[in-house]
Amino acid sequence: MPGNRPALVGEEAAPALTGGPVRPLAAVPSLAQSASLAQSASLAQSASLAQSASPAAPLGAASLTTQAATAGALRRSPPGRRRGRAALRLISPVVVLVVWQLVSKAGLISAQKLPPPTEVWSTAVSLITTDNPAYGTLQDAMLVSLERVAIGFAVGGTIGLLLAITAGLSRFGENAVDPLMQMLRTLPLFGLIPVFIVWFGIGEAPKIILIALGAAIPLYLNAFSGIRNVDPKLAELAHVLHLNRREVLTQIVLPGALPQILVGLRQSLGVAWLALVVAEQINANAGLGFMISQATQFLRNDVIFVALLVYCILGLLTDWLVRVLERRALAWRRSFIAA
Amino acid sequence: MAPQLHSSLKPAVRVRGLNRSFGPELVLDDLDLDIAPGEFVALIGRSGSGKSTLLRALAGLDRDITGELQVDGAVSIAFQEPRLVPWRRVSDNVCLGLRVPKPHERATEALAEVGLSGRTGAWPLTLSGGEAQRASLARALVRDPSLLLLDEPFSALDALTRIAMHQLVLDLWENHQPAVLLVTHDVDEALALADRVLVLASGRIGYTCEVTAARPRDRNDPSLTALRSRLLAELGVD
Repeated sequence: MPGNRPALVGEEAAPALTGGPVRPLAAVPSLAQSASLAQSASLAQSASLAQSASPAAPLGAASLTTQAATAGALRRSPPGRRRGRAALRLISPVVVLVVWQLVSKAGLISAQKLPPPTEVWSTAVSLITTDNPAYGTLQDAMLVSLERVAIGFAVGGTIGLLLAITAGLSRFGENAVDPLMQMLRTLPLFGLIPVFIVWFGIGEAPKIILIALGAAIPLYLNAFSGIRNVDPKLAELAHVLHLNRREVLTQIVLPGALPQILVGLRQSLGVAWLALVVAEQINANAGLGFMISQATQFLRNDVIFVALLVYCILGLLTDWLVRVLERRALAWRRSFIAA
Repeated sequence: MAPQLHSSLKPAVRVRGLNRSFGPELVLDDLDLDIAPGEFVALIGRSGSGKSTLLRALAGLDRDITGELQVDGAVSIAFQEPRLVPWRRVSDNVCLGLRVPKPHERATEALAEVGLSGRTGAWPLTLSGGEAQRASLARALVRDPSLLLLDEPFSALDALTRIAMHQLVLDLWENHQPAVLLVTHDVDEALALADRVLVLASGRIGYTCEVTAARPRDRNDPSLTALRSRLLAELGVD
């Protein structure tokens, strides 16, 4: 039925949700581009800070495993087999740890350049148990970092989602918001650091704003295309059932966009952690990044490794949280595959 | 069995001079239509004749119509694809937008009425085609519509399921007595269910016939056989 579009949430919203001229293909390039943003961000980061290659891992993992995780959520295997597979996946990391330990103990690489796992472990224990005048305690540093990423991610994520809803539900909103977001997307995130220092000084503000900006963009891009890809037939249904604006948003639009919003959430978290690592090494006086820059001055590679490992663990932990959320929120889809 | 038609009552649907064009093509051309309260009307026509366009106009899904269109009371629609919201369980689908006290109890009753008591908590994507259509009917009827629009709701079902659904629709119609407009391309389906069969051609109601045979109807009833030949001739099938 060409040209036949119903009103959904007021006049301006109707074409947006159901619209013929909306570009459904927009999803593909924006996803690809947000992935490339992430990559270029990690490139910029590894170029400027040689030692922090490893914290980039949660980000890379987030964007790479998205597909696999979705597929995993859709396919259900017996719990026993899944546990068996998890055990198999542990083998190679354990082998790497053992080889690392042996190489270090055999003196092939100096312990100062690459401290063996046992030394990293004992350093971690002492950082936790003693309040070192140079570093403080590990848990305090971790809490400071966690707080930065939580505030930045909450602010950026909320803004990204609200902008996506604004742009997704009306043509006016799209015209107002989308060009700006597309322009921001192409800005090299970490290239903004000098500007932020001039604008916001060297306190917490530039760090949190950098994280928020990094988190807002992938969530915006994914949520926007998710909203635009909600089945227009459901928009007609909403009209026939006389749903009000709020019900359309909470019961049709957002749940329909949720699979892609969750993809955006994982990308956002990845970028947030990455932004934290970079932000913290600039004029911080607390946090994991501060610990790393102190350790650099004292040539304590073992402390750097501990801090990097904590970054890794925190990144993996948040990724796992989103996956749990995904599994619960998308139960309706999983049951479809299992049936 | 059929609800009595009272011409003195305000019609459930009154359409005068309805026009709808897609570009240069006039799909509905000065169309008139009346449906009495509680009347079961089937609308048939070749594909592209504007059946669905008329139904969408009656459902309020088309803003680009001109002419006079009055519908008395609430309108519900069951679409060709059941259009259950996949992330809401079956009973939550029935409740969607339902503004009555205790909507969940009403939904449970409605689902029991269509024979889906056991699936109220199921995810829509786990339902069979027939079950999904039943849920869709429950969602339409729970709103106590005075006009129920059925947009080829059985066309995607297998023959056996379709027969069961025909009986279900007749039962629901008798219990709730809404006016029904069934859009179909199946002459036999129209003759099995409706009080009146309309043929849409050239943008207006080209032919109307009353079906007076008692329900349940035997498809080999001589009066139906005669009507079938006539309707097929009207549709241009010989």
